[in-house]
Amino acid sequence: MKAAIELKNITKTFGSVYANKNVSLSVNKGEILSILGENGSGKTTLMNMISGIYFPDEGQIFIDGEEVIIRSPKDAFKYKIGMIHQHFKLVDVFTAAENIILGLEDGKKFDIKAAAKRVKEIGERYGFIIDPMKKIYEMSVSEKQTVEIIRVLYRGADILILDEPTAVLTPQETQKLFAVLRRMRDDGKSIVIITHKLHEVLSLSDRVAVLRKGEYIGTVNTAETDEIKLTEMMVGQKVSLNIERDEPENPKERLEVRHINCISREGVPLLKDISFTAHSGEILGIAGIAGSGQRELLESIAGLQRLNDGEIFYHDPKSGKVENLRDKTPMQIRDMGVRLSFVPEDRLGMGLVGNMDIVDNMMLRSYRKGKSVFLERKGPRDLAEEIIERLKVVTPSANTPVRRLSGGNVQKILVGREIASSPTVLMAAYPVRGLDINSSYTIYNLLNEQKRRGAAVIFVGEDLDVLLELCDRILVLCGGKVSGIVDARATTKEEIGLLMTKLQEEGQNNAE
Amino acid sequence: MQNNDKHLHEPRIQITKRGREAMPWYKAWGVRAAAIVLALIVCAVIIVFLTGYNPIRVYSEMLKGTFGSSRKIWNTLQKLAMLLCISLAVTPAFKMKFWNIGAEGQTLVGGLAAAACMIYFGETVPGIILFPLMAASCMLAGMIWGIIPAYFKAKFNTNETLFTLMMNYVAMQIVSFCIVFWENPKDSNTVGVINRMTEGGWLPTIFGQKYLLNILIVAVLTVAMYIYLRYSKQGYEISVVGESENTARYVGINVKKVILRTMALSGALCGIAGFLLVSGTDHTINTNTVGGMGFTAIMVSWLAKFNPIVMALTSFLIVFLERGAGEIATTFQLNESVSDILTGIILFFIIGSEFFVQYKINFRKGHKEEKV
Amino acid sequence: MIATVINKAIAQGIPLLFGSTGEIITEKSGNLNLGIPGIMYMGGSCGVIGAYLYEQAVETPQAFWCIVIPLLASLIGSTLAALIYSFLTITLRANQNVTGLALTTFGVGFGDFFGGSMTKIFADGGNLSVKTTADYFKTTLPFADNFGAFGEIFLSHGFLAYAAVIIALLASWFLNHTRAGLHLRSVGENPATADAAGINVTKYKYLATCIGGAIAGLGGLYFIMDYTGGSWTSGGFGDRGWLAIALVIFALWKPNVGILGSFVFGGLYIAYSYISGLSRSAVAIFNMLPYVVTIIVLIFTSVRSKKENQPPQSLGLPYFREER
Repeated sequence: MKAAIELKNITKTFGSVYANKNVSLSVNKGEILSILGENGSGKTTLMNMISGIYFPDEGQIFIDGEEVIIRSPKDAFKYKIGMIHQHFKLVDVFTAAENIILGLEDGKKFDIKAAAKRVKEIGERYGFIIDPMKKIYEMSVSEKQTVEIIRVLYRGADILILDEPTAVLTPQETQKLFAVLRRMRDDGKSIVIITHKLHEVLSLSDRVAVLRKGEYIGTVNTAETDEIKLTEMMVGQKVSLNIERDEPENPKERLEVRHINCISREGVPLLKDISFTAHSGEILGIAGIAGSGQRELLESIAGLQRLNDGEIFYHDPKSGKVENLRDKTPMQIRDMGVRLSFVPEDRLGMGLVGNMDIVDNMMLRSYRKGKSVFLERKGPRDLAEEIIERLKVVTPSANTPVRRLSGGNVQKILVGREIASSPTVLMAAYPVRGLDINSSYTIYNLLNEQKRRGAAVIFVGEDLDVLLELCDRILVLCGGKVSGIVDARATTKEEIGLLMTKLQEEGQNNAE
Repeated sequence: MQNNDKHLHEPRIQITKRGREAMPWYKAWGVRAAAIVLALIVCAVIIVFLTGYNPIRVYSEMLKGTFGSSRKIWNTLQKLAMLLCISLAVTPAFKMKFWNIGAEGQTLVGGLAAAACMIYFGETVPGIILFPLMAASCMLAGMIWGIIPAYFKAKFNTNETLFTLMMNYVAMQIVSFCIVFWENPKDSNTVGVINRMTEGGWLPTIFGQKYLLNILIVAVLTVAMYIYLRYSKQGYEISVVGESENTARYVGINVKKVILRTMALSGALCGIAGFLLVSGTDHTINTNTVGGMGFTAIMVSWLAKFNPIVMALTSFLIVFLERGAGEIATTFQLNESVSDILTGIILFFIIGSEFFVQYKINFRKGHKEEKV
Repeated sequence: MIATVINKAIAQGIPLLFGSTGEIITEKSGNLNLGIPGIMYMGGSCGVIGAYLYEQAVETPQAFWCIVIPLLASLIGSTLAALIYSFLTITLRANQNVTGLALTTFGVGFGDFFGGSMTKIFADGGNLSVKTTADYFKTTLPFADNFGAFGEIFLSHGFLAYAAVIIALLASWFLNHTRAGLHLRSVGENPATADAAGINVTKYKYLATCIGGAIAGLGGLYFIMDYTGGSWTSGGFGDRGWLAIALVIFALWKPNVGILGSFVFGGLYIAYSYISGLSRSAVAIFNMLPYVVTIIVLIFTSVRSKKENQPPQSLGLPYFREER
């Protein structure tokens, strides 16, 4: 076997963070190689360097044994490399054929009919079904993906890189895609697929390369490995973080989610029959691959997402009454006396207003209070000062726009505001993403504090080590479904890793 | 080897949006002031080219045209008040990122309502009832003109820039239509001064100054708008919706309601401007009553970063240019349109200067050394 | 009679057609240029300036130069105006609405100033008129009279009228059947995607805005040379610039539909003078119709939300590729 691409000692940093550190690996001709790793392990960055989006700080790239320099996607095409990104780059009102030839300067006469014919030919050759004259906005996600793949093939790519191609597909569509990929491999093309789904790796690829935290761990032949071994390589040894964790005190039912279903506007199911109960005085962790329904789940509870089915019951600790939160707006939920706080994933796009100062951001939740038509800034100002002091927020003053603060300080402001209303339910989505160690621990302490206060805390995280040490129970989501709820004190990283990828497999089996 | 190639690939000039380290306010205003000075120099060059006169003399003529006599000062203040009033009106909508460029039409229908009241009730209904009635009908008319595009924006996401633009000309034709019925004298195709003898429906002269009431009303509105935007709950909601609809949703603000409410306010204020123009200034109406101020107001508001107090300054700048240039035109027997040219040039400079406030430009140095 | 009406409607529609074709090309790159009315003024006045200077400079103006000089002057003037807009909105990323309105202020002022003061600056005053040049612009096809009504409707226009129709047809063909047209449309729809596909977004935006401006400027030139016969009246061009923007919406961003639309708009503009017994109040209603119809079209397309009939998706938004 000959190497189609070989990477030697590739290093890439963003600021002071290593995205890839000294990575060497090779892709053979006529094989399917999986690049496996958790979120943030540097898979996409590495592939972006091959496809000309980024340029490596150090290291060399060889194509067919010759050293090459790839500076732009155009260069990559010159070496017959094409990448299919996770977010499709297509013009909605154009037809498939128009999108496929967009930007292509092949010196030939512009002839959309001839192009459409070639598109059809390529489709037939590999078993795609595509209508070259169909508009993108009329297409399903998998059809759009097909357009992206054909676009790359149309430009004559021999090496195809697919970034999480199955994240948006149904099991049936995934099977179809895999069949096509296998056919391409048999045609002599090299395929690299970035994924963190173990069963896909096992069912599709010839070899697996594993990355962890930007570093290359190793490559194994798929035939000689199994899920357990791969999970070990992917998640690594358990790291002790010394996050404090008390036993839940007097846990009571607080939030009861019953069989909720949610379907996106495009008709894709986002949440499938999710049921669980969050108790007071405990931290319920939510684990799962990014995009498994975490955001939709939290937004459903917060009243921001329309549900198609199911109920959400809130057990009022004071009155003991049970209220249904389904189809209530955030306003109505608050008016019912439910003290629900929510730290969303998108801090500056949703939780805070970047151009407003800290004081005005404090008011977001509370400004309506009182009958006056005017704002009351005294309370928010005191709160801002208090948060700045207590959480050690680094800021010139309370009148500084939050946009100018660093990520950690922004998060302290947001979490500080959300816990200021002494919530009975606190939901936090990826609250430590992008934060340094010290800020992260500040956030963990705040969550623990709320737990001790008797709030039901729901924590969506991505670092399994943190989830295992911080939470009392962990709910694992997979493809919009609950694949398991485990005791965080008794479980292992491997068990969660397997749960994160488990359900999809069953879905496939059912489909077949 | 690759290292060098990499540096070759990197652009020499790098432009980044100022995120965290925004320019301090004094520097930002320094940049803007520098732009205005630069623009005035360019204008001077152009004027000298056209007239051959000493630029100092030209600017002193302009000052004379603006402040030369007490009548001129009052006229300047009146003009300033009208422009400022419309600028205040469009501001809440802009803060919400709703591009209302229909102020011209909203003001005009307000003026039309005032004229209608003057014609039909001006000589019969006593002032104490008449003026509130006029004010209310003007506001209502402007409000309707503002809410129509807002409704379609909120409901169907209809492009508000194009919609409001078209509404201006519909308003103008409605005015033409009404002039036919109101014309005086017959077949003049103008309305003439309404109630010339009785002055029915004319805003009263106070302290011997006929424009003083207008100016006072606008001054009050300016302060009120400042307070509304900064200290009221509704003003706060406008800011949140303008900055991020997602955040608005997150805290439970009804975005559609805010859009409708704000455009109603915007239109109603335009209506007041129309009221002041017809009842307090011209005492007549024609399609040119607003005279493009609805468009100029957009620039005034934007240049002031939607701050009502700063708007008083930017509208003064525009009025100064307009009146000053008018004076030059008379003195040097030029066409009055020279003021539009000067205004345009100043606007170009200020608009362009924002770039240097918002973005940071780095020139990469030391290319050669690295290559060695 | 009916032939005269149609002839006049076409003559009224031509400036709108130039303006809307120019604006469509501009908007297809994602730039909403509200400076088009100003640019049309610039185009017209620069043409007049060129013609005037030439007529003053030579004893007996030659037909060829009488056409070429104003034409070039007009193109240069409107292209420069569009360049100001492009520089501010594309390179300096300024707000498109504000920049466009400022350009309209400037352009209208420029036109009325030079139209009104030209003779004052360069000669002894008096009204500006370039009748000699205008007559060349008005020259119709020599055999127009031989074809009766057909000749009157279709053959008795100056060459710029035919140019307007040809340019609109060419623009339609360019947008839908050429590679560059496809690239231009992708820039207006989704500049990030275009950029990723290797298309130079900045170049396309600049070119589209400047070429669009130049075409729109010809509308001003046609109006002053052909329609009014070479004499400048302050504000004579009226709201035609805005009507051209309305026509863009009416034509659903399709230049070939714009041809028909311009004749309809032109017809509405003059119809009242040919309908006997119409009161002056009805005239106002007729003048209102183009705008009302445009609003209805705008509402209708957004309610139906058929993707093809929408404004280009990134219309009005600046594009800035963030560096990492």
